[in-house]
This record gives sequence, structure tokens and C-alpha cells, in this order.
Amino acid sequence: MPGALIVGGGLGALRTAESLRASGYTGPITVVGDEPHLPYTRPPLSKEALLGGIDVAALEFRRRAAVDDVTWILDAPATATSFSDRTVSLADGRVLDFDALAIATGIRPRRLPIPGPRGGRVVLRTVPDAERIRDRLVPGSRVLVMGAGFIGCEVAATARRLGAEVSVVALDEEPMVRPLGPDLGAAMRRRHEQHGVTFHLGHTIDAFHGDDHVASASLSDGSELPADLVLEAVGSVANVEWLEGNGLDLSDGVLVDSAMQVPTDAAPVVAVGDIARHPNALFGPTPRRVEHWGMPTETGRRAGRTMAALLAGDEPDRSPFAVVPSFWSDQYDYALQSFGMPGLATATRVADGEPDGPVIVEYLDDDGLVGVVGIDRTKDLAPYRARLMERTPS
Amino acid sequence: MVRISVDPDKCQGYAQCCYESPAIFDLTEPPVSHPAEVDESLREDAERAADACPMQAITVE
Repeated sequence: MPGALIVGGGLGALRTAESLRASGYTGPITVVGDEPHLPYTRPPLSKEALLGGIDVAALEFRRRAAVDDVTWILDAPATATSFSDRTVSLADGRVLDFDALAIATGIRPRRLPIPGPRGGRVVLRTVPDAERIRDRLVPGSRVLVMGAGFIGCEVAATARRLGAEVSVVALDEEPMVRPLGPDLGAAMRRRHEQHGVTFHLGHTIDAFHGDDHVASASLSDGSELPADLVLEAVGSVANVEWLEGNGLDLSDGVLVDSAMQVPTDAAPVVAVGDIARHPNALFGPTPRRVEHWGMPTETGRRAGRTMAALLAGDEPDRSPFAVVPSFWSDQYDYALQSFGMPGLATATRVADGEPDGPVIVEYLDDDGLVGVVGIDRTKDLAPYRARLMERTPS
Repeated sequence: MVRISVDPDKCQGYAQCCYESPAIFDLTEPPVSHPAEVDESLREDAERAADACPMQAITVE
């Protein structure tokens, strides 16, 4: 029997496999990943791994003993699947059969079609990406960060620590404005400016200049910025191409129900992690992809249970999926910590402190508290997290 | 008994373990504080805390 096949070699795949075993499934589990490494933790790639060197073994996730018998097929991108045939095709020509499939192929950095040389333009998602960046973050090097989200801001902070000159170019009005809102975003911008980062907000890059390698960029306001290294950190794209031809809505990841099951009658299929557009009963009926580090664990645990039930011929538990998302970010010595979905807020309120110092900000919608963000207040957020778990959206 | 250790060189004080398993982990100042051993009944709590650590700093034996 072919058993359970998990496509994608990251955290969501690992947690799905562990949950399959914890749910009593004893059949074969195969995980197919496109990277050459076993699942590893990515957050240090923008911070510690750039500062102190990259030790892949130290980044690798601990794996519970229950998944010691999982077959890992690494460095093997999936190119296609047929739900009705219950097969997955790999780039190396292999075709794998499955009884149940988990989609865990995640996301990749978005690339914008900007004219000019390609050399010196990098993204940050994988260990090889971090290695390329690490070698170029040297004192006096000129780093241009495209995008002012978390990855862009974290690399900007790390690059300053390593002595590079850093400019951030983004269309947004403030850094991290979507999750943090304009007020706290501005406060984070001021912290970056105090550490020597220059911002060009409300602007895009029209073109890069140079021979094979980027030497400068021209901005939409007509100015020109010199650059030795360009980090493109302008969001992500879900890795859905291999799923085409199965009648799914792939416009924004893969839609799933509260059990993480994909709506298809052709085969038992679940989706987990960054690629899964899932409901969350704490935040209303709209399904969303949530690209936070904890979500592959939360969705993987549920998906593994669902997959085990489907493989046993049982009806999965379809009770509401209700989890409090969280994110954190380290920039310089500032520690951001959030719970909930602050990006959904219609209003904010400083609950304690000042935005330019240690602070707790409440994010509010029609149902009350929808999120909280603390800066250097990590140990004080437990009551807010408890309130978010009690949310009952109207 | 379940033995727990936190690598102080890896711990960055993100406190995800404290939120996941408050019965075991407490954020004072980084690194987090925790008992060296907990009862077997808390094994899954300890495992989940280790799962929740983005730095993979927690060892559970």
C-alpha cells in the first residue's frame, strides 16, 4: 500500500508526519522535499545565521522518534499530481503513488520584473540564499533592501550590525505597516533610522543599472541609489503550480476546510502551512493564508489527524479550527511579539508605554481585541493572548 | 521523569515555550527558566514547548 505522501520538505511536512503517527496511523509515510536538507528552522536565516555563520545541523528540527521510519526523498521537486490517479510526478522522472496526499510546498519569495542586470539581486528563504547574502554583508558594502516587511527589516538590522550601509525602498508608507499599522510602523522606522538605515518609502524601483552585476537602482522619484547587493523582500508566492489540472481554486494558495481537507472528491487530500488558506473560527468566516512560523505546526497537527482518519475510512473531526496566531521579530535589540491578527484591526490603542519605547499596543475590530503587539514586553502579553482565545466573532 | 535542558547559547528569549507550556517554562530574563526534571505526565507539554522553539534550543529526554 502506498500510504501517506507529504509533498514539501519543511516544518509543515514534519508536523503532519508526526501527527499521523500520534493519531495512530502505522502505514508508510513518504515526504518529498525540493531542498537537499531535512526540515530546518528558517527564522535565524535573517538574523543569527547571517551574524554568526550558518550551521545547517543546528538549524535542523528535532524530529520525534515516532517518525524515524519516514522515507525522506530530498532535493526532488514535485512537478505534477493527478488526484484521480493518486500520483505525484517528480522532476527527476519518478512517479509516486499515494493513498492520501498532504500539500506542504509552502511559498517562495516574489520576484518583480524589474529591468536591468540580475547579478547581485538576492532573495532570502533558504540556507543557500542566506549563504549568498552572508558573504556580501561586509563593512562598507551598500545594501539595498526592496520591501519593508519583516524579512526586509530584519536583514536591514543585521546588515547594519555587520557594518553595511543600508537603504530600504518600499511602496508602503511605513515599515511593517500591514501587521503593525502606521503608528507602530513609524516607531519602528525611527528605531531603524537611529541605527543608520535610510528609508525611501512610497517609492518603487524602476530599473537596475550595471553590467552583469547591479551597481545602482533608479527610483520612481527619479533619484538613483548605489547598491552592491539588492535583497528583494517583497512578499511571497504560493508554490501551487504542480497542483494544476485537479480543478482546485489556486488563486491564493490552496483552500481547505477546518479539518485542513482540500475540497475534492477525487482523493483524500489535505494542505498545511504557508500554502493552506484555512478558516479560523476566532477571526470570522474568511479563510486566510497566515505566513507565521507557528502555523505549519498548528495546521500540520490538524491535517495529520484528518489524514489518519481518511486513511482509516473514518470521517475526520470537522470541529472549528481556532488558534491564536503569533509572530515575533528581532531587530537590533528590540523584541517584537504579537498575538492574534493585528492586520485585521480597524483601530489601535496604546495600552501601556510609548511607541518609541517598550510598549503594548492593542488592535481592535468590531468584536473587540483582534491582536496585540508588544515591543520589549514579551513577558507581559499572556493576558492578551488569553483574551484572544476567548474571541467570539459576530 | 522527563529531563529538560535549554541551550543558553541558542535561546534568544522569544518565549514561545513559555506560552506553549506555562506549567514548565517561565520567562524572567533570557534564557528562560525551567525545572531540570518534570513528571512524566508533563512529557507532551515539554515536547510541545520544544516544538515551539524557533531556535530549537530545548532538549527533552
